[in-house]
Amino acid sequence: MIEVNGIHKSFAERMVLDNISTTFEKGKTNLIIGQSGSGKTVLMKCCIGLVDPDAGDIIYDNRPFSGLSEKRKQDIRKEMGVLFQGGALFDSFTVEQNVMFPLNMFTTMSLEEKLDRVNFCLKRVNLVNVNNLFPSEISGGMMKRVAIARAISNSPSYLFCDEPNSGLDPKTAEVIDELISEITEEYNITTVVNTHDMNSVLQIGQKITFLYNGKLWWEGNKDTILDTDNPELKEFVFSTELTRRLIK
Amino acid sequence: MLMIRMLGEYLLLMFSTFKRPDKGPVFRRQLMIEFIGLGVDSFGIVAIISIFTGAIVAIQTAYNIDSPLIPLSMVGFTTRQMVILEFSPTIISLILAGKVGSRIASEIGTMRVTQQIDALRVMGVNPANYLILPKITASILFNPVLITFSIVLGIFGGWGACVVTDLVTSTDFIYGLRGWFEPFTVTYAMIKTVVFAFIISSVSGFLGYNVQGGSIEVGRASTKAVVYSSILIIFFDLILTQLLLI
Ligand SMILES: Nc1ncnc2c1ncn2[C@@H]1O[C@H](COP(=O)(O)OP(=O)(O)OP(=O)(O)O)[C@@H](O)[C@H]1O
Ligand SMILES: [Mg+2]
Repeated sequence: MIEVNGIHKSFAERMVLDNISTTFEKGKTNLIIGQSGSGKTVLMKCCIGLVDPDAGDIIYDNRPFSGLSEKRKQDIRKEMGVLFQGGALFDSFTVEQNVMFPLNMFTTMSLEEKLDRVNFCLKRVNLVNVNNLFPSEISGGMMKRVAIARAISNSPSYLFCDEPNSGLDPKTAEVIDELISEITEEYNITTVVNTHDMNSVLQIGQKITFLYNGKLWWEGNKDTILDTDNPELKEFVFSTELTRRLIK
Repeated sequence: MLMIRMLGEYLLLMFSTFKRPDKGPVFRRQLMIEFIGLGVDSFGIVAIISIFTGAIVAIQTAYNIDSPLIPLSMVGFTTRQMVILEFSPTIISLILAGKVGSRIASEIGTMRVTQQIDALRVMGVNPANYLILPKITASILFNPVLITFSIVLGIFGGWGACVVTDLVTSTDFIYGLRGWFEPFTVTYAMIKTVVFAFIISSVSGFLGYNVQGGSIEVGRASTKAVVYSSILIIFFDLILTQLLLI
């Protein structure tokens, strides 16, 4: 479980996160939703320590994180898997080397064990026969999946995904959502996903946190979100033609 | 003010760079890659420039000695001294600042803007240590090899030019080359080389590491890497010459 306690963050006078407190639960897919620019990425970066909050603390299973030195943060980070908005694959490494990287750095596995693990993770994200390709040689959706495989290769306890399915076709997007939610339950991971895709929300949102103008505006799950009477959330949920037509 | 801040940031970065690597085998593999990328790949350009400049130094010297009081063997002596003292360690380091410095800054800068450095950090890796330390180590260990190679080829180029143009006979040249040799000049050249190698790799690494923005900033950082390391090389050349030779 990850506890977020009263996080504040401003960039040059501009308040981006205003007193955010919530919890992300273990074994569940926790979603952070909100419009573009509402502060989702900044909140996630506060959680993983790439952005230092002005006030507040992040607590990983009773271990305070925000105030730690970089050295101590490293220890908790070894238990995290992060999928960045752009994938952030190492472009000088092949797919296989990318997925193997956390194993090389933090385990004492033999090469065969590492290869087994890499192939297992790649298969888990439905990728076969791409081991020796470079990130520049695979499609955007494949890059996302490789990035997921890299994030889960060292069996993390915490998984963060920043817009895992932006820029993908609806079918692939759904596959990736399914995948994240399956992995979460299978390995009992605390998963946090940023998204503004209503499809994902309704598909995998076991706990949903809605950010609006830097404030925590609403919390719930995929079953309660459609019955909301919160006007800002309603506007967000029913912002597409498809959802508007369905509601009629 | 900005200078002082940059210096502070540079020192902090060096502080986190010079830590024990997380994993020995990973570090050694990185080091091998850098030996090839930063070192072996530079042999070609170093060879061409060394031979030609050695030849030019010899011809210039021969041309400028028109007094019958000065023996022509001085050409061999002067070429050797010039090549060892100044030309190989300094000029070749400046060339390497252009070749290697821009490469380091753009490689690390691109990793910064595509969030690969963030990805390393959130995996629990110390990115400065993982990325910059192998480059600094490779430069410090390999540049002396390159400079030695350059010294040999520079002198060879000088000899070749004299023999081909008939300005100085081979015997005279070699007589001068072998005379009045002070072994400390080679030590001095190697000290300079190592200092310059550290400047090139650490300054370029620093500038790449701190890129903010996109491809334009990466380009700017790689230009800055060349400019700053060149200026620092010349500056430290003066200081080291003062300290070591006088
Ligand atoms: N490093 C920074 N410096 C200054 N402002 C920033 C910085 N990072 C984010 N911001 C600002 O914080 C606000 C929230 O940004 P954030 O990236 O969290 O949005 P988001 O909700 O993730 O949007 P999207 O869905 O488009 O990814 C934006 O207005 C942005 O301008
Ligand atoms: Mg975002």
